[in-house]
Amino acid sequence: MKLKRLNLEPYLLLLPSTAYLLFFLAWPMAKAVGLAFQTDDMQWTLGHLQRMVGDAHFLEALRNTVMLIIAIVPLQFILALTMALLMMERLRGSDILVYIYSIPLAVSDLAAGIIWFSVFTERGYLNSLLYGLGTLDKPFLFLDYQTNWPLVAIVLAEVWRATSIVFVVLVAGLQSIPRDYVEAAEVFGAGWFKRVWRVILPLLRPSIQTALILRTLAAVQVFAVVGAVAGRGMTVLAAEAYRWYGEYRNAHMAAIYAMFILSISLSSGFVYLRTLRVKEEMIL
Amino acid sequence: MRKTVLSSRLIGRGLAYLAAILIALWILIPIYLITMAAFSPKDVIYDWPKSLFPQAVSVETMQFFLSAYGVLDSLWNSLIVALITLVISLVIGAPAGYGLARYIFRGQDAFRVAILSTRAFPLVILSIPLGVTFRQWGLYDSLISVAFLHTAMALPTTILVTSSVFMGISRELEEAATVFGCNRLQAFMRVALPLALPGLAASAIFTFVLSWNEVFAATILTLFNRTLPAHLMVQLDSSPVPFRFAGGFFILIPAIVFMFFIRRYLFSLWGITLK
Repeated sequence: MKLKRLNLEPYLLLLPSTAYLLFFLAWPMAKAVGLAFQTDDMQWTLGHLQRMVGDAHFLEALRNTVMLIIAIVPLQFILALTMALLMMERLRGSDILVYIYSIPLAVSDLAAGIIWFSVFTERGYLNSLLYGLGTLDKPFLFLDYQTNWPLVAIVLAEVWRATSIVFVVLVAGLQSIPRDYVEAAEVFGAGWFKRVWRVILPLLRPSIQTALILRTLAAVQVFAVVGAVAGRGMTVLAAEAYRWYGEYRNAHMAAIYAMFILSISLSSGFVYLRTLRVKEEMIL
Repeated sequence: MRKTVLSSRLIGRGLAYLAAILIALWILIPIYLITMAAFSPKDVIYDWPKSLFPQAVSVETMQFFLSAYGVLDSLWNSLIVALITLVISLVIGAPAGYGLARYIFRGQDAFRVAILSTRAFPLVILSIPLGVTFRQWGLYDSLISVAFLHTAMALPTTILVTSSVFMGISRELEEAATVFGCNRLQAFMRVALPLALPGLAASAIFTFVLSWNEVFAATILTLFNRTLPAHLMVQLDSSPVPFRFAGGFFILIPAIVFMFFIRRYLFSLWGITLK
C-alpha cells in the first residue's frame, strides 16, 4: 500500500493552541515544582515543605479544606442526581426548570459567597426569619469562626452554586441511556427505586465519574467563597497560598501550598478512577 | 388493583412536581434576596429584623457601590481582560477546534486527551509561577498578564466546544463549495463560518463569563489594576455591608443574562466532558 502524503493542515491548525498551552500551562507547572522544592539559588530542598507542615495555619487550612470536600461533594451529587432524575420525568414546564437549575453555572464563587453572607450574617435573612418565627429572641452569631457554622454556610453556598455543573453532566449522561433499557426494566416489574439503582446508576457511571472528579478538583481550590462568607477568621489551603504570595511575598511557600493542592487533586482523581472503574476510553 | 397503581402514579407525579418546585425555589430565593438587598436604601439594609419582602426600592445602595473608590476602574479592567481573553481564545482555539473536527490525523486522540486533562490542573498552581515570571518580565500588575492566564484557563474549553460546533456542520457543505470553485479557505469562510457563528458566539460568551468570574489569579497577578472581582475580594473585609451586597449583585447579573443567551448550548458546553 502506498503511504499517503502526510497532510500538514491539521497540525498547523493545532500549532498555536499547543504552543500557547505549553507556554502558559506546562511550563508554569514545571516552574511551580522548582519554586516549591528549590531555594533561591536553585538548590533542591525540602525546607519549604517542612516549613509548611510546621506552619501554625497549615493544619487548620487542611482540616477545613478536607471537611468542605467531604461535605460538599456528596451533597452536590445527591441533589444533582435528584434534579437530573426529575428531568427524566418529563414534567410540564421542564424547559423553564432546566434554565433555572442551570443559572448558578454562571455565578462566580465570590458572588455566591456574598449572597450566603447576606443570609447568615448577624443581621441577615436567616436570623430575621428565625426571629420572625419566634425561634430566636436575638440574632445568633452564625459566622463566629470558633463554631462550625461558617463551614455550614460555606457548604450551602458551594452546594447552591456548583450543583448545577454536576446536574448538567448527569443530564447529558442520562440522555445517552437508551429509554428501552429503563422501559424493559419497568415491564419486568422493577419499581422506580430499583430502576434507578439497578439500571440507571450503573449506566451513568462514566458521567458520575466525570462529575465527581470535576467537583472535587474545584472543591480542593475553594477560595473566594470562604473569604466572602467567613472573612479572615477561617482559612483554607488556597487562601494560605494567596496569603504567602500576596501578603508575605514568599513565592516558595505559596508554590509548596499549590503543589500540595495539586497532590490532593491528583490523588482524589486517582481514587475515583479506581473505585468507579469504567472502560478506559470512557474515562474522560 | 389498577386503581392503586394509578393513584400511586399520581402521588409519584405530585411528589415529583413538589420536589422540582422546591429545588427551583432553593436556587431562586437567594438571588431574590441579594437583588432585594441591592435595591434597598441603606437604612433598610441595616434594619433588624430584616423584612423578607421589599420595603422600599431605591438605587441609593447601587449608586454608593458604583461611586466607591476604584469600582468603576476595576469594572473597566474586568471588561478589558474579558475581551482580550475572549479574542485570544477564539483566534487560537477555533482553528484547533476546526482541525479536530475536520481532519483525521495521527496524534488526534492524544491531543484531545491532553486538552481534557488540563482541566485537572488547579488554577492556583498556574497563578503563582506565572506571577513570578510576569514580575520578571515587567508585566506585574498589568491587565494583559491576567488575560494571558485567563486564556490558558479558557482555551481547552474553547477548543472542545468549537470542535463540537464544527462537527455539527456537515462536511459535505464545504465539499460542495469546493466543487463550485471555492478553495479550502473560501469554502470555510463562506460556508462553514457563517453556519458556525452562533456556536462560536456561545463559546465566546462562555469565555467572557469565565474571565469575568475569576478571582484567585486576578488577585495574585495585580495590585492596583484589579479586575472587579479581585477588587471586591480584597476590599470585602473592610467594606460596609451595603457595598458588599451591591457588589455581589453587580457581579451576579451579567452572568445570569449571559446564561440566558447561551442556554441552548448548555449541554454542548458542559456535556462535552463526557466522552
